[in-house]
Amino acid sequence: MALIRFNERQLPRNPWAELEKMRHEMEMMLPRYFSNTQPAASATVYPALNISEDDANIYVRAEVPGTKKEELEIFIEGDTLTIKGERRDHAAGEKISYHRQEISYGRFNRAVTMPTRIDSGKIKATGKNGILTIVLPKSEETKPRRITIEAN
Amino acid sequence: MGFNQIKDQQKKELQQTGEPTRPLKQYIPAVDIRENDKAVTVVAEMPGVSKETLDIQLKDGVLSIRGEACAVTGEKETMILQEFEPGEYIRRFTLADTIEQEKVEASMVDGILTITLPKIEPAQPRRIKVSAE
Repeated sequence: MALIRFNERQLPRNPWAELEKMRHEMEMMLPRYFSNTQPAASATVYPALNISEDDANIYVRAEVPGTKKEELEIFIEGDTLTIKGERRDHAAGEKISYHRQEISYGRFNRAVTMPTRIDSGKIKATGKNGILTIVLPKSEETKPRRITIEAN
Repeated sequence: MGFNQIKDQQKKELQQTGEPTRPLKQYIPAVDIRENDKAVTVVAEMPGVSKETLDIQLKDGVLSIRGEACAVTGEKETMILQEFEPGEYIRRFTLADTIEQEKVEASMVDGILTITLPKIEPAQPRRIKVSAE
């Protein structure tokens, strides 16, 4: 984050600035009263991802039901993580008729940029119950460090 | 086939008539239903559901599947992006009379539930040979 010296910031001379500030404050207040929990943002691409972090790692979890380990590829390039794969209908080709087909099959590819630098050599990925978990350790320089105050 | 890109599949949320008593979201899992000569196979997509949290019941010709996808996020983690949530998958199917209910089998692999419903013998097509006179 870039630091901006406070008095260098030029305030635009806007007669409505005060009103806009009020409107903004009102908008900020509203969600607090209407919802205590933030709803999940709906995924627009497959697979749906959850990304979380703690002090040491970033965790990327993806819902990839029915995709085998061999059908998944994970790449890290700089700070971009790419999950590629293919989901096959293993019954395709057999002599069957479909009554209902709601599950879609095919290839998928999703890239996400990591919010911090990653130690790319220590990334681990596991799969369980159709959820892929990728643990990306943060690089040493981006880990939070406690600074002790020295007494005079 | 096989080369198409997967389109985003929005999880369908179950429309409830009453008020929910549990804070879990309820979803209708996407299913494929296939049939061959011997059996009808139901394939349901339930990511995050383990064998232990899955409950399948067959009663009065109605097959109900229910599975709970537990939270996978660790307690000390802060969410940055959330596109899926823990919840419960619920779906019911009415079985035809041609299904042999005692022989229904199910398996759960990588978040995919497969239920095999074998057909009763007479329902399986039998080829009748026509003998020439």
